[in-house]
Amino acid sequence: MVTPDPTLAIEASGLVKAFGPTRAVDGVDLAVSSGTVYGVLGPNGAGKTTTIRMLATLLRPDAGSARVLGHDVVDEADAVRALVSLTGQLASVDEDLTGRENLVLIGRLLGVRRAKAKARATELLEAFGLIEAAGRQVKNYSGGMRRRLDIAASIVVTPRLMFLDEPTTGLDPRSRNQVWEIVRTLVAGGTTVLLCTQYLDEADQLAGRIAVIDRGRVIAEGTPAELKASVGQGALHVRLLDPEQRADAERTLSRTLDAAPHVDADPAALSAPVAGAEQASEALAELSRAGIALANFSLGQPSLDEVFLSLTGHPAEEPASDLASAAAEEQAA
Amino acid sequence: MSSAPTTRPPPEPAVDAGLRAALSTTERPPRSSPLSACLTFGWRGMLKIKHVPEQLLDVTLTPVLFLLMFTYLFGGALAGSTTEYLQFLLPGILVQSVLFTSVYSGVSLNTDVTKGVVDRFRSLPVWKPAPLVGAVLGDCVRYAVGATVVVLLGLAMGYRPEAGIAGVLAAILLVIVFASGLAWIFTTVGMLMRSPSAVLNSGFMALFPLIFLSNIFVDPATLPGWLEAFVGVNPISHLVTAVRGLMAGTATAGEIGLVLASTAVSTAVFAPLTVRLYRAKG
Repeated sequence: MVTPDPTLAIEASGLVKAFGPTRAVDGVDLAVSSGTVYGVLGPNGAGKTTTIRMLATLLRPDAGSARVLGHDVVDEADAVRALVSLTGQLASVDEDLTGRENLVLIGRLLGVRRAKAKARATELLEAFGLIEAAGRQVKNYSGGMRRRLDIAASIVVTPRLMFLDEPTTGLDPRSRNQVWEIVRTLVAGGTTVLLCTQYLDEADQLAGRIAVIDRGRVIAEGTPAELKASVGQGALHVRLLDPEQRADAERTLSRTLDAAPHVDADPAALSAPVAGAEQASEALAELSRAGIALANFSLGQPSLDEVFLSLTGHPAEEPASDLASAAAEEQAA
Repeated sequence: MSSAPTTRPPPEPAVDAGLRAALSTTERPPRSSPLSACLTFGWRGMLKIKHVPEQLLDVTLTPVLFLLMFTYLFGGALAGSTTEYLQFLLPGILVQSVLFTSVYSGVSLNTDVTKGVVDRFRSLPVWKPAPLVGAVLGDCVRYAVGATVVVLLGLAMGYRPEAGIAGVLAAILLVIVFASGLAWIFTTVGMLMRSPSAVLNSGFMALFPLIFLSNIFVDPATLPGWLEAFVGVNPISHLVTAVRGLMAGTATAGEIGLVLASTAVSTAVFAPLTVRLYRAKG
């Protein structure tokens, strides 16, 4: 039994959920402080969505227990529902209705009086830049608009805790930035956010702490800085003008960075882990001193793959089996 | 300061002080009552009719075709004259029209489940059966529209109800009550099937034989004994008998009671079953 801790918005211990023979969630513990963004990072099929669905009272755990804002997710599900809201992977809005109708509907269901629900819908449509599309059916919205409406629907009554399941998957960069900005504003207003994502940079941008989840288990937990320290700050990617010089470049990089560069399939390309921008610029300077000309270079964050490789020794699952396991999860759900 | 080069992208629109203001309201309304939650879900059903009127067209057009075809094509052969056959057929077509519409309760539930919107509803603090009860209530409006179309067409073709307008209204009401009981069977199917079209197909497949093997089109006395026996126990036949009775002013309490009883049974079994499946849905 978990003893309630008032500073924690979510306390979960030993959550398990199996769909047939697959243990989608296999003993997840989480402790999320109030008023923060907590990232749950993992590939498709890792168990992120299933975890969120148990915490949002949509799925009953097979084992383990969880308290959300002090209420047990099984025994006090209604108390939890009154305080949280969920923005799922599928936009949870009615496509046949207009944007305004969706928001009024949610407001009315939450017990807001008719006139107030209408006023609130207008306020939110304006705040989310949807006022011009307010009278159009949601099926005619773009992905970004739909996502914003979905988030707006989640804050018709400002929730104390918000579950965001892959809020930017499939969005263009501009819409993604808007969603991030909305999340920051929400948290500044005191809402706790549990954010599931496949993108390390998204978790890095928004979350105060991150749990990395793989095959239904938390395999690493900490601040983004701690997590990245364990996998390196990032990677320096360079592309040479002359592929003949690659061996030279490899030697130079390995000497400067004290790490073995990775030789790409592209005969002119190389990449190497770097500890930070300073080290990267040093390495670039060394290359130019050695007379190696670059076609281009970039400094990238470690990808989810690199994080996984270093944490688990295996890459994030293959896209094909990903889809299969996500589909299996979906069906079982 | 001002000469410093700036590489920051311009700030994104859409999120601004408006959002901060919108988020500053932390007031929590009291939980909605079961009744108001059901009515709100019913309102959602109305909005769907407004935005997707094609669905209504589907289910009203078929009975209209049946009414025209059977009256003018078979009426003379079956009943001696088209006018006489129309008097017999119209209450049956009324029943057929509304019952086919009730399949759509299952179809729209399945559509909701396959989209993400059910997650939203299930994560709201509302009375749990409300989304389902509200939808079935909302569908009653569809039934009323379908029934009205059939009755108006019948009147234009020369149908004359002996019990007048009151009898017609009572008959429509009884059909709607029965259809909402039947709708719970289709909502259960809607929770079990994989796609909306599968629900539609299986619903129609189940209804077609029951509609034809009833007393809608022919007098069962002309059927072979075993078939007559089946038609006699078909609940749709009971409904048609009661509806004919109400429209002719000859309905007995027993006939109406039988319809209400079968409605009660299907509701008592399938409404809780649908709610259970809906709540257990992962």
